Amino acid sequence: MVPLSYYLALSAVLFILGTAGFALRRNIITIFMCIELMLNAVNLALIAFSRFLSDLGGQLFVFFVIVVAAAEATVGLAIIIALYRNHESLSVDKLDSMKL
Amino acid sequence: MTGDIIRLFPEIVLGVSGILVILFAPFVPPRRQSLLGWFALFGVVAAGAADALTARDPGLAFGGSVSADSFSVYFIALFLLVAGVTILGSIHYLERENLPAGEFYALILLATLGMALMAAGLDLVLVFLGLELSSLSTYILAGYRRHDKRSNEASLKYFLLGSFATAFFLYGIAFVYGLSGTTNLMTLARRVGAAGGPNRTFAAVALLLIFVGLGFKVSAAPFQIWTPDVYQGAPAPVVAFLSVGPKAAAFAVLLRVFFGPLSEGSHMAFWLLWLSAILTMCLGNLAAIWQSNVKRLLAYSAIAQAGYILVGFAAGSADGRSAVSFYLVTYALMNTGAFLLVAQLAGGGEGRTEIDDYKGLARECPGKAAVLSVLLLSLSGIPTTAGFLGKFYLFRAAVDSHLIALTIIAVLNSVVSVYYYFRLIVVMYMEEGPAAVSTARLPGSLWAALAVSVAGIFYLGIFPSAFLEFARLTSNLLPH
Amino acid sequence: MKDILLLMLFPPLAGAFLNGVFGRRYPKALVSAIACGASGLAALFALIGAWNYTRFWSPAALPLRIGTWIRAGAFRADFALYYDRLTLVMTCIVTVVAFLIHLYSRGYMEHEEGYYRFFSYMNLFLFMMLVLVTAGNYPLMFVGWEGVGLCSYLLIGFYFPKKSASDAGKKAFIVTRIGDAGFTVGVALMFWTFGTVSFHSLFPKVALMPAGWDSNALTAICLLLFLGAVGKSAQLPLYVWLPDAMEGPTPVSALIHAATMVTAGVYMVARSNVLYAHAPIALETVAIVGCITAFFAATIAICQNDLKRLLAYSTISQLGYMFLGCGAGLFATGIFHLMTHAFFKSLLFLAAGSVMHAMSGELDMRKMGGLRHKMPVTYWTFFAATLAICGIPGFSGFFSKDEILAAAYNGPLGGPWLYWLGTITAGLTAFYMFRALFMTFHGPSRVPEDLAHHVHESGSKMTGPLIVLAILSVIGGYVSIPSALGGSERFDGYLAPVFFSSEHFLRTTAAHAPSGGWSGLTLMGFSLAFALGGVFAAYWLYLKSPELPARIAERFAAPYRLLVNKYYVDQFYNWLIVRPIRVCSESFLWKRVDAGAIDGGMVEGSGAVTVALGGILRRIYSGNLRSYATWVLLGAVMWIGYILVMR
Repeated sequence: MVPLSYYLALSAVLFILGTAGFALRRNIITIFMCIELMLNAVNLALIAFSRFLSDLGGQLFVFFVIVVAAAEATVGLAIIIALYRNHESLSVDKLDSMKL
Repeated sequence: MTGDIIRLFPEIVLGVSGILVILFAPFVPPRRQSLLGWFALFGVVAAGAADALTARDPGLAFGGSVSADSFSVYFIALFLLVAGVTILGSIHYLERENLPAGEFYALILLATLGMALMAAGLDLVLVFLGLELSSLSTYILAGYRRHDKRSNEASLKYFLLGSFATAFFLYGIAFVYGLSGTTNLMTLARRVGAAGGPNRTFAAVALLLIFVGLGFKVSAAPFQIWTPDVYQGAPAPVVAFLSVGPKAAAFAVLLRVFFGPLSEGSHMAFWLLWLSAILTMCLGNLAAIWQSNVKRLLAYSAIAQAGYILVGFAAGSADGRSAVSFYLVTYALMNTGAFLLVAQLAGGGEGRTEIDDYKGLARECPGKAAVLSVLLLSLSGIPTTAGFLGKFYLFRAAVDSHLIALTIIAVLNSVVSVYYYFRLIVVMYMEEGPAAVSTARLPGSLWAALAVSVAGIFYLGIFPSAFLEFARLTSNLLPH
Repeated sequence: MKDILLLMLFPPLAGAFLNGVFGRRYPKALVSAIACGASGLAALFALIGAWNYTRFWSPAALPLRIGTWIRAGAFRADFALYYDRLTLVMTCIVTVVAFLIHLYSRGYMEHEEGYYRFFSYMNLFLFMMLVLVTAGNYPLMFVGWEGVGLCSYLLIGFYFPKKSASDAGKKAFIVTRIGDAGFTVGVALMFWTFGTVSFHSLFPKVALMPAGWDSNALTAICLLLFLGAVGKSAQLPLYVWLPDAMEGPTPVSALIHAATMVTAGVYMVARSNVLYAHAPIALETVAIVGCITAFFAATIAICQNDLKRLLAYSTISQLGYMFLGCGAGLFATGIFHLMTHAFFKSLLFLAAGSVMHAMSGELDMRKMGGLRHKMPVTYWTFFAATLAICGIPGFSGFFSKDEILAAAYNGPLGGPWLYWLGTITAGLTAFYMFRALFMTFHGPSRVPEDLAHHVHESGSKMTGPLIVLAILSVIGGYVSIPSALGGSERFDGYLAPVFFSSEHFLRTTAAHAPSGGWSGLTLMGFSLAFALGGVFAAYWLYLKSPELPARIAERFAAPYRLLVNKYYVDQFYNWLIVRPIRVCSESFLWKRVDAGAIDGGMVEGSGAVTVALGGILRRIYSGNLRSYATWVLLGAVMWIGYILVMR
């Protein structure tokens, strides 16, 4: 059996990749996908824990996370469309009309 | 089962009225949109009555995932206060800006529901759901002026960074689950208590990840960074809501998590809170000094206020916790009122939000200037206002916990803050007009909202004792 | 007793509320009727309270608890009043003077815009002042203390479209805030040290401290409280706001900046007499600061040409006397002078207001002269007040000032040099006051042509209060005829229950031996000689040979310039504090316009720090989403790193 630490390491790597992508990519859609990546890293960790603890709660939790992620995608894409209509650009670097 | 439902009654009322508002919306003629507002307000009042009902029968519900206790009753009452005042203050705003009313009130009600679940939830899954419900609603609300570029930008920034932070929060919960095999705070408390508890480092990391997510919501440094952009760009009545509601809800969860079962890790996290409090205060106050835009100034002030609240956190004592609860209410009164009034003064399209636009306002509209001054005086912590006593309790708790350096820094910060709050007052009272802000008469509903704020500020500032007793009850974090 | 005090406090608050909220729609007659009625009722109830107390309770101190206010752990501050003979004296002075000034303002403010606003603030002020003097603990006193400050800023800046007025308001706010910070810290320290902040439990606790008890903390508390008094009562080095405060309407100067608010510091020191008696170092500081301020302000006053500013410096100087009296260890003398000063100084201001009214706002004494024939009532009342402040025998100031000088000489903490500096100041006082009198009312008229025909006596609304105050200024001193003149010092005796134990304690423990030596009569002779010398010098220079002052100014150019420019203190503060701040803020304003031009060398010192700070902040709040995410990430990584290292 694959030990728990492997799963956790993979989850951590995915999570870090997500955060790094968030900070490095310029396209809003890509950034949004990086967030999804982070959520899935969490899901992986939850399922691994659930398996090793022999407890169904974790897997149940994952379903909630998936549903919430779907809702988040709906809201997020709606916001992105509204933004695109006004700005006609999907680069985050152009969004700095407000600063100190 | 009936008992369970009664203990969840406020949340149910909120959810049902939120859905009803959105269902009714298409059938209400465009000219009578304010009816929806009054209906939503009715929903809030009904939820308040339900909250009072819950208070009479405290206890656990739904297999221990929800708790109706003095803590949840107090915080739900606070959220309802904020929601009610915001709804009252938005009725006119929505008409003026020609924005659809149904969705607005529904989203406010649903966000309030989410916050209520955060305060009442004992299961971290439920807390997470509440957090997401309130967040998603406020993401949309922040972009509610769809055709305004700044509102879009604010909404997007809030959404992306918010989801980013939520992922950390979720990761933290996953760690807690991995550590203990449960997400229920009560069970967790039992398991931590038994058998030496889980690995302390692991607990601390989990706590920290949770702190990232919630610290984002409360604008605690270094996660406060989104605040000014979002508050500046979002519609002002929305800011009135979101600068207080989700913040208070996140503080409620932080209270339960930090001082509840994971307090093992929170000893390590003490310096984290200490440093975060200082950073938050300084980064808020110092940046506020340079502002020329009122909304942005209030945004930085909101960061600084979060810093003061974190001082109460760092104190760590029961006194500190009740001071946090007390301050959240005073903060809700001051900040909601201030943003609502700014929304009205900004005029159509929110075009007038520069400090210079307020020149000579006192001469033209003494009433508005006086109300805004009271709110600002309270924010700056002048005696006889609630803001003073709130700060006083927070700092005193810190002193009692021997955090002298932290208290001194906090006091210095509040001295600095006097400068920028008074700048606005000085502009209103002592500079020549004519005021560029809207000098139209305040609509009655907004007067009512402001009257609640001002009356509350003076009531809590002069007769705090009775209320403080109530706040003290919230220092019992978990039901026994 | 409690109900009477509440009845006294209520009318001004109600009046302020009524006028503030609805006043704009009321006719002027109603506004002034409300305001004067409210202050009149307050005066009435103050007198009823005094009578009731004297009849049933005197001389016991009454702590009167009304309700719970703040309770947090061991810290307790209630809505509590405290009534003893000192409170009695203060409430009577405050309400009576305030009532007279309200009456006077009816006439003075008749043609001003914002009539209702003025009266609303005045009533609010009266309420706050009464809270200050009746409060039963330090936090509540602080509420009144801040409240009177707030009203003072509002009233100084009353003519706010005038830039100098709003600047003066801001200055008063900022300067007194320094003092208030001291007061707050002092009260906090008091709580830590003694565990209580209410008078009736604190004073016995301090008084019963065993001999040889380490009083360093108490000294610090007293010094911090005194810092508050220095700000509020305009003593060195925080006096700079008071002369500028003269931008406010004259009745305000009379009520707030002469008779009541500025004396709050003296009252506070007297109220805390038990604390100060056990902290002799602090008390000595009070005496020294008071004495030097008295002298310093008097020297500035002799070169002032603006009538109200001259009176402002004179107020600073007289407040210095009060602190000298308290600081010398005889608190009753300070309160006695506070009372007589309230009468004659508010009279001086009101008379100056009457002159100003006649002169269409002109205050430069070089453009006056010969007004006595045109304004007889104003002249005679001003004359009476001048005689009182100069300490001419028979007038109230004589009795009170002489007691202070006697206290400075042989009080428990007195000393010869305090006495001599005080006596010289008395001479200077007589000089500048008679100079003002002569320049304004005597000699040939220097009134500009266009104003001359306009000069007239003020109406009875204004002269009435002047006459009443003049009578009080004359007879006010007879309540305490010095023992040297065969009197029994009844006023001091009356306040003895409040002060006796402190004064006795000081007498038994003070390091100084009493100076002894001269008798009271000799001391009185010296001060009288100085005062008459001052009067004579003023007579000689400003009536007999009016060309002399210019020659003297020429001959002693350097000291003259120093005095005319008020020792350059304002400039010094400006250079030390205001300018660096302004430079910073301007450079920031400029930089916000052109963010690219971040250029170090343009501001020096503290400026550079703030510039750097602004740069850092700008980098943080850049508006760029990715940089925001990086900050969040950095924060998270740092915290996690910390935990991993610290485990």
